Amino acid sequence: MPERTILMQGNEACSEGAIAAGCRFFAGYPITPSTEIAESMSEKLPRVGGKFIQMEDEIGGISAIIGASVGGLKSMTATSGPGFSLMQEGIGYACMAEIPIVIVNVMRGGPSTGLPTKTAQGDVMQARWGTHGDHFLIVLAPESVKETFYLTIKSFNLSEKFRVPVILLLDEAIGHMREKVIIPDYSEILTEDRLVPIVPPQWYKPYEITTDFVTPMAPFGSGYRYNITGLTHDEMGFPTSKESEIISKMNKLRDKIMRSSSDIVDYEALFTEEANTLIIAFGSASRSAKEAVQYLRKHRRKVGFFRPITIWPFPEKPLQRIIKKVDQIYVVEMNQGQLIDEIKKVECYHKKIFGINRYDGEMITPNQIISKIREAK
Amino acid sequence: MTQPLVLNYLRAKKQFPHVWCPGCGHGIVMGSLIRAIDKLNMSKDDVVMVSGIGCSSRMTAYVDFNTLHTLHGRPIAYATGLKLARPELPVIVITGDGDAIAIGGNHFIHAARRNIDLTVILMNNNIYGMTGGQVSPTTPYAGRGSTAKAGNPEHPFDISQLAIAAGASFVAKTTAYHVPAMDRLIQQALNNKGFSLVEIYSQCPTYEGKWNKRGDAATMLKFYKDNAVPVTSKSKFSEEELKEKFLIGVLHHSPKGEFTAEYQKIIEKYQIQEQMSKLSQQKGKNEPEAIGQEKKRSDTED
Repeated sequence: MPERTILMQGNEACSEGAIAAGCRFFAGYPITPSTEIAESMSEKLPRVGGKFIQMEDEIGGISAIIGASVGGLKSMTATSGPGFSLMQEGIGYACMAEIPIVIVNVMRGGPSTGLPTKTAQGDVMQARWGTHGDHFLIVLAPESVKETFYLTIKSFNLSEKFRVPVILLLDEAIGHMREKVIIPDYSEILTEDRLVPIVPPQWYKPYEITTDFVTPMAPFGSGYRYNITGLTHDEMGFPTSKESEIISKMNKLRDKIMRSSSDIVDYEALFTEEANTLIIAFGSASRSAKEAVQYLRKHRRKVGFFRPITIWPFPEKPLQRIIKKVDQIYVVEMNQGQLIDEIKKVECYHKKIFGINRYDGEMITPNQIISKIREAK
Repeated sequence: MTQPLVLNYLRAKKQFPHVWCPGCGHGIVMGSLIRAIDKLNMSKDDVVMVSGIGCSSRMTAYVDFNTLHTLHGRPIAYATGLKLARPELPVIVITGDGDAIAIGGNHFIHAARRNIDLTVILMNNNIYGMTGGQVSPTTPYAGRGSTAKAGNPEHPFDISQLAIAAGASFVAKTTAYHVPAMDRLIQQALNNKGFSLVEIYSQCPTYEGKWNKRGDAATMLKFYKDNAVPVTSKSKFSEEELKEKFLIGVLHHSPKGEFTAEYQKIIEKYQIQEQMSKLSQQKGKNEPEAIGQEKKRSDTED
């Protein structure tokens, strides 16, 4: 497909990105404000020979995409808060069984049914710690419609590369906002496919501990007959309760992500070299934060800006380097303060940290940020 | 004769001894399923077996197919995704009464409604065995279990009737006693293009038998023998007599459009449209296509 310039919604950009990344299966359940992703996938997928199914609930949605991924297709689902809660058990399964899937969560106000049509960023911690047990996964958060397109592709690439569920955190504002996106020719897009085994079936160990902790994955029906289970398993994929095997499995799940975290983490840093005040924001809130940074700099305030693009793994090291040089930190979030906890964990220089929060369902404004920072001094 | 045949399909060296208690009916079902698969000459590399959580669902670890042991209640949902992704593979779901009808009831009825080509082998032992004998949605009224020691105040589901009402195209019932019939019914279910259910009464002497004083496995099997009425000889019994008994055999068979085949038609529809639009673009015509994108955008902008 040649290059196209389109005015599109964040949700549409997400499904465009999915198709460009090679997604060929979608299962989901309608929920505001993510429904447009399902709607557009229901048309886009059959055009490219892919499959779409509207399941009976979100649990069915995540289960079906895991099944399809085991069958060898790049798969995704899209949902919002309540549906994301229902999916947590399935996310844990995909972590344990190392099934690549992509879950899009278009955040809305919570808890519970909350504010279906309003925006929020309240699922930061749930995205990381929603399912039970120790687990490691990847969470990305775009700030614009264009970035939604590219991060959707990145989500698929990372999930295929590391055999891990990847969560794309949009919010209502980005999902429903319309912006110009230049969609490049698909042949110019770098896509990653999961490794498939090259050894003969009798030598294949579906969960072998390899040097980079990622094991090639054979799709079902390709001659490699093996077992997949959510029970803690050995290298052959069979349930185990031996201490040594449990530990090596748990370490494999951790190390395949954490040892590659410097390759995975992505962030944006602006004017941090000569700043004494640092503003940190992610997702749609960073649009207002950037505006505020520009304004404050015009008024001769030494303000820098940092935006984690991968929220998990958290860009600890680059942020630590920046924090070292500033005096105070403001964390802008559309929730009562979630990412700020992570920054407090990273920050070990006893700097002042303040939260600038808004959680009434509306976008945080540059004015709100500017006045908060001016108040402080 | 039969033993070597079954061994061909088991992960005999790796996964045994199994977790099933002495006298459990699930092993009988596994043997029957293997014989049916063998009879139909299905390739081990093709057969996909998906199970949930529970005693019955442990079967997937023992058989040498593509096996997927999923979450409690979700095997049918996983299988739906897998089947739609790879329609050419035969997908068998191994489940139990708690797994499929309690926690997974929603997926069960919706898969039946879609008539997706899954073969569901449901082992019904009227109890939760793996967690130690709690009552299930098929425990009879006044039946006992560790969570209903004074008798079950609830009424049970009739799983086969539920599947028929939900739209399954093939529904059969049998018991762990009626093994040759079970072999045959599973074969028929595997051959049916669409959602097929084989409900199998499988005895649980350890919990169901103990709580309800049903005796040992042999006595429980004899109960199945004495109380099962083949659906073909239903007319020989009066209504009153039938109330005490249960019907076995093919209870329902009415083929209808299978989901993955129906979906293939959708794909073809869209791909024809796609080619038409390419052709008209090549000719230089600027006809807006009747398809989603362009139209929807102008709608919402208005």
